[in-house]
Amino acid sequence: MKISLTVNGELRETEAWGGESLLYVLRERLDLPGSKNACEQGECGSCSVLLDGTLVCACLVLGAQADGHEVTTVEGLADGDRLHKVQEAYVQAGAVQCGFCTPGLVVATVDLLEANPSPSDDEIREALSGNLCRCTGYAKIFDAVRQAAAS
Amino acid sequence: MDVHSPRSLAEALALKAEIPDARFVQGGTDVLVELNFDRSRPAALINLNEVPELRGYGFEGDTMILGAGLTYAEAMAAPLAGKFPALAEASRTVGSPQIRNRGTIGGNLGTSSPAGDALPPLVIGDAEVCVASVRGERRVPISDFVLGVKKNALAPDELVVSVRMKPTGAPQTFMKVGPRNAMVIAVCSLALQVDRERGELRAAFGSSAPTVRLVTSRIDEADAFPARVAEAASPIDDVRGTAAYRRHALRVLTGRALERCFA
Ligand SMILES: Cc1cc2nc3c(=O)[nH]c(=O)nc-3n(C[C@H](O)[C@H](O)[C@H](O)COP(=O)(O)OP(=O)(O)OC[C@H]3O[C@@H](n4cnc5c(N)ncnc54)[C@H](O)[C@@H]3O)c2cc1C
Ligand code: FES
Ligand code: FES
Repeated sequence: MKISLTVNGELRETEAWGGESLLYVLRERLDLPGSKNACEQGECGSCSVLLDGTLVCACLVLGAQADGHEVTTVEGLADGDRLHKVQEAYVQAGAVQCGFCTPGLVVATVDLLEANPSPSDDEIREALSGNLCRCTGYAKIFDAVRQAAAS
Repeated sequence: MDVHSPRSLAEALALKAEIPDARFVQGGTDVLVELNFDRSRPAALINLNEVPELRGYGFEGDTMILGAGLTYAEAMAAPLAGKFPALAEASRTVGSPQIRNRGTIGGNLGTSSPAGDALPPLVIGDAEVCVASVRGERRVPISDFVLGVKKNALAPDELVVSVRMKPTGAPQTFMKVGPRNAMVIAVCSLALQVDRERGELRAAFGSSAPTVRLVTSRIDEADAFPARVAEAASPIDDVRGTAAYRRHALRVLTGRALERCFA
């Protein structure tokens, strides 16, 4: 089937198989490998994107469900060479080790700060509870979120 | 595999009547896991996201109508959180923000898992499930809707349209046992309501029997209620916990929930 969706502000059209996830469509059809594929069952958050402005796991949305809708991926956050303030904060705080979880965490952090510009630690913990990181132990990630909120 | 995206309830029902082996997908948080792991290859998928009749909520007299497409994120926000506190608390324990943004009560009913967190609050709230097909509509009391582990009363051509439930104002709460505060399938769970007007206690537990079960008692027998709830369970040993632990935990949760509701 054919689907068309707006990704990072650009209208994209692609062929897709019916049972295919939005994550597969982004990575394999639209050449946007920023959203990561780890668990494919909603547990890790590495595939987090915004669908019509709502934070979702792209692995749990059908590509066909995104037909006619708007998606923002981690690739859509920077303004040319200028990183988004959340990306910048992750770099500055040393919140990136292997980096596999980073795109999902960055998108989830952007979503959090949009709704709540100065979150408490409990609110950060809650907002990022769907994103797993096996490297950092989360302390630097908290630093990055606080830094982004302050900047 | 074809995906159909009907734009109205009538269109969705016509499709399901035509392809009874097709599967509905609403939030996809159960269906996509099955598709991704090759556990399900339905004849076709019917995407319900574009069906406006399934969205949101409304009033009919003093009864609230919750659309099947109501998400956990919506159920835990105002004004619904104030109307149905146990459903809101249960919603807050579901998965993660990403899952709560997509997962729906209609999907929870469709899956009919004994661990479905929306179900105990609907059971203590005496909810009715509104079901439709091209043949017409019917209302099924929640306790008759879920028939067994992942079995429900839906015919192959039927769809859940909404859930009807009356806000009573009676104190109610939801509690869930699991290894973490997020991303947890309940080891056991409990919704409880103290209705002083009717002089009645109502409790319903999850993950402790093949279906969510209701236990009621007179309010002046509150002291005996934790033991009664534990006795009504028929839990099993599995990877998440033992039957004995679940029974014990239900007794403790009931005691705590009573304290919270009487406070
Ligand atoms: C990481 C993760 C964590 C989770 N955590 C929890 C949790 O804590 N508690 C919990 O209870 N669940 C949890 N779940 C399971 C799931 O999120 C819930 O069961 C949710 O309510 C499903 O809703 P959905 O709209 O996504 O359903 P879908 O996946 O779209 O559908 C589920 C089933 O219902 C059917 N269906 C959907 N809509 C209708 C309708 N209107 N009429 C008839 N049938 C319909 C579908 O055909 C399918 O069989 C979790 C899932 C994931 C992936
Ligand atoms: S890949 Fe989607 S949540 Fe893990
Ligand atoms: S930096 Fe490696 S998983 Fe988070």
